[in-house]
Amino acid sequence: MKILVCMSNVPDTTTKITFTSDHKQFNAAGVQFILNPYDELALARAIELTEGGKGTVTVIHVGEASSDPTIRKALAIGADDAVRIDSPAIDAFFTASQVAAYAKDKGFDLVLTGRESIDHNGAQVPAMIGELLGIPSVSIIKKLVIDGTTGILEREIEGGKEIVHVPLPFIASCAEGVAEPKIPNMRGIMSARTKPLSVVTVTEAPVLTSIEKYETPVPRGAVKMVAADDVAKLVGLLHTEAKVI
Amino acid sequence: MSVLVYVEHAEGKFRKSAFEVVSYAKAIADQLSTGLTAVVIGNGDKAELEKLGTYGASTVLFTGNTQLSSFVNQAYASLLAEAAAKADAAIVVMTNSFSGKGLAPRLAARLGAGLVAGAVALPETGDRKFTVKRSAFSGKAFSFVTLLSDKKVITLNPNAYPATENAVTPAIEEFSPAVKESDLGTLVKEIIRASGKVSLPEAELVVSAGRGLKGPENWGMIEDLANALGAATACSKPVSDAGWRPHEEHVGQTGIAVSPNLYIAIGISGAIQHLAGVSSSKTIVVINKDPEAPFFKVADYGIVGDAFEIVPKLTEAIKAYKGI
Ligand SMILES: Cc1cc2nc3c(=O)[nH]c(=O)nc-3n(C[C@H](O)[C@H](O)[C@H](O)COP(=O)(O)OP(=O)(O)OC[C@H]3O[C@@H](n4cnc5c(N)ncnc54)[C@H](O)[C@@H]3O)c2cc1C
Ligand SMILES: Nc1ncnc2c1ncn2[C@@H]1O[C@H](COP(=O)(O)O)[C@@H](O)[C@H]1O
Repeated sequence: MKILVCMSNVPDTTTKITFTSDHKQFNAAGVQFILNPYDELALARAIELTEGGKGTVTVIHVGEASSDPTIRKALAIGADDAVRIDSPAIDAFFTASQVAAYAKDKGFDLVLTGRESIDHNGAQVPAMIGELLGIPSVSIIKKLVIDGTTGILEREIEGGKEIVHVPLPFIASCAEGVAEPKIPNMRGIMSARTKPLSVVTVTEAPVLTSIEKYETPVPRGAVKMVAADDVAKLVGLLHTEAKVI
Repeated sequence: MSVLVYVEHAEGKFRKSAFEVVSYAKAIADQLSTGLTAVVIGNGDKAELEKLGTYGASTVLFTGNTQLSSFVNQAYASLLAEAAAKADAAIVVMTNSFSGKGLAPRLAARLGAGLVAGAVALPETGDRKFTVKRSAFSGKAFSFVTLLSDKKVITLNPNAYPATENAVTPAIEEFSPAVKESDLGTLVKEIIRASGKVSLPEAELVVSAGRGLKGPENWGMIEDLANALGAATACSKPVSDAGWRPHEEHVGQTGIAVSPNLYIAIGISGAIQHLAGVSSSKTIVVINKDPEAPFFKVADYGIVGDAFEIVPKLTEAIKAYKGI
């Protein structure tokens, strides 16, 4: 089985998000970038599905050379090879177009992504890739089993889940439950340096959106403390002041 | 040119988020001085469909096609693309729900439309630009996205726009274009819904607990409080990682992002990753025995003390207030 795993390179989850003074750009100075946590789950499941010579895992990333350390991390975790489409990921459709253009004639049986990237997190790229490749897409899955040529997936819905059967090839976006993230071992880290990372030139694609500016939320006022033995007062405040009950 | 809104239902019933998205789409249609058409898939109950008129949909298209009674995003995308063509819609709006996340990008790619996912406000349409505020960086920031394409798709976050009555008597029309076999690859075998539980992403009130609760056996008092309030339950990541609670309750940067009217955090320290997913809640109450817990810095109301003493008392006080 040939699996393609899409990965994004995102600010570490502890990052305090700030922007340039004109509010136009994310302030990346001093920020540590990581493999998007959901993509780690997709990658871990792909490795499990191909372990023991049952297939190969290729990771693909649309981004610049500054992402290479994160791509090497994916190789250290266990991907067989990597592809970087050499361009900033301008927007979701542009990114999906790059992945689809690369994957189109490579015969992948399965494409896995994270449920969303934790920076621009639109949860947009996966289903767009599905549409562009003309294959089924299932978003936000919590379980993935392959039975012959059928994927048996658990998809999250409001207040429950759905069991979905999909024929290969398809694309699915992974959430918690699909797999446990894998930590690279020493051998993985050593071999990651020599595994192939090919850099591919960008395909032309329309840009449909542009980010005008960013804002950070207005901070809340000071906290109002209520004594532990006076919970009735809290209930009163929630009713009369906050008006939420 | 018109606006189209796709309205989800659960077993034939519209939830609050359905009325929110219709109200939001109606406001966009008003901004552009045009009409609003709603599309409902897999439900032909007239009385229920008429409710969408209450929130401003002047036309309601529905399909009773049983092949589409469960969610297949390829087939749904095709149907919505056809409905958009029929209604001459330049803008398609839907909820940023689990299904919406699978459907909107497919539809946008099909239409060649730019997509704003997770809108939290109405578009700004001055200056011949069309710009929408959305949540980004897992709730740590907002971005203002300008759609450059003629066709546009927007998904609205639950609890971001109030359901607003704007009553019209809708024209209700059946709309059932033929479904292509190739669109039906995905087969929903089973739908499992926890009965009687409030759905977390859309909940107006959320009671959430963390590692301070010590173990899964102590969640009874959290559920009692949630039941007294009519709230959904949630938890921090280590709690679901340890299997004390199911994954779908985990809120935060790597879990569900919620923005209820009230978020009560019990025995949760307030790590940056947790705050990311909950800080857009309108009111935050923190109960923690450590007065230095970082969560107090972003709370509206706080109680310092032992959750095991405070939570049962709070439940009683809520019951007394509600007269139950
Ligand atoms: C990549 C990454 C992603 C992450 N994503 C998320 C995420 O999405 N969501 C998330 O929640 N976390 C996330 N985390 C974890 C996060 O960093 C914190 O570890 C986590 O939020 C802490 O959970 P907690 O507050 O329940 O536990 P703790 O930090 O252990 O806090 C327990 C709190 O309970 C209080 N307490 C103890 N006993 C009592 C009592 N009897 N009464 C009242 N209070 C009591 C303590 O004072 C303490 O403040 C992530 C971490 C990483 C590295
Ligand atoms: N620049 C990128 N290159 C490759 N894959 C990406 C990129 N951005 C996002 N993805 C994939 O798409 C998923 C959803 O991302 P998003 O639509 O940005 O929320 C991520 O978890 C990745 O798997």
